[in-house]
Amino acid sequence: MLRVLPFLLLATTVSWAFAKEAVPAAADPALEQRVMTLASELRCLVCQNQTLADSNAPLAEDLRNQVREKMRQGASDSEIVDYMVARYGDFVLYRPPLKLTTLLLWFGPLLLLASGFAVLLRRVLRRRPAQDLEITASERKRAAELLAGNESERR
Amino acid sequence: MNRFVLPLGIFAALVALLAVGLTLNPREVPSPLIGKPAPHFELPQLHETAKTFTEKDMLGKVWVLNVWASWCVSCREEHPVLLDLAASGAVPLYGLNYKDKREDGLAWLKGMGDPYRLSIYDFDGKVGIDYGVYGVPETYVIDKFGVIRYKRIGPLTREIVKDKVLPLVEELGRA
Repeated sequence: MLRVLPFLLLATTVSWAFAKEAVPAAADPALEQRVMTLASELRCLVCQNQTLADSNAPLAEDLRNQVREKMRQGASDSEIVDYMVARYGDFVLYRPPLKLTTLLLWFGPLLLLASGFAVLLRRVLRRRPAQDLEITASERKRAAELLAGNESERR
Repeated sequence: MNRFVLPLGIFAALVALLAVGLTLNPREVPSPLIGKPAPHFELPQLHETAKTFTEKDMLGKVWVLNVWASWCVSCREEHPVLLDLAASGAVPLYGLNYKDKREDGLAWLKGMGDPYRLSIYDFDGKVGIDYGVYGVPETYVIDKFGVIRYKRIGPLTREIVKDKVLPLVEELGRA
């Protein structure tokens, strides 16, 4: 029995841990849906490759609550985004706005694609057409023989 | 020979770009608050809960606001720097106790020394959100007109205090 005891204890601890993390059921599913949709557009600042919707960081939780509260007060999505940007900068946006500093970010890939096409086009155009070759009568005869499959016999 | 020049050039440019990228710290998000008025708050003080403190109390003075918490590991590293800064008397230093338990915050100041003129108590972190706090400790230099002039994310070091904070405080003090 004594041997099993630690495991038993451990097992109960695990269930406590889960119990603590259980999220209370949302009072308003539609609102919750809206919160999560917007939160998935915003970056969590603590764990930078997660969205605000995915992150369990305390700050992300606070910010989700803030989003929820603002929505309850009737704020529009764009108002909430502005609220976040005013505090944390464009960095919170997964879709950065189009401005002078983000031009390269937005159009860089297009630029690379275009330059790729330009190089390709130049190469194709520069390739000289194959010249007509003069074929002598004996070469023509040999070609005909090769095509007929008689080469080995001739040798 | 010439046909290698272009690819080599492109490669060198790419290496230079990536080299610069590697030296940047992605955790340091440029704050949009620089040059903007410090967000308004009115919070109870940590020591005297009945009294409040607001950024308006500091209009006309250059001051430093330091966001700290007893659970914050880097704050421990930063603390001696803050004690020295406070002892130098160069600039009034105020604390914002962020998402902490009051008794923990008080115990921290008692045990490690209190560099702050006073600390305000932001239990739910709402004021922290208004100030764009995401990595405690954070430090703000606010000028006489209540405008944020500098923000440091992460612990202050002696170098930063000497090279950035103090020169800025002196400059703002003259203005």
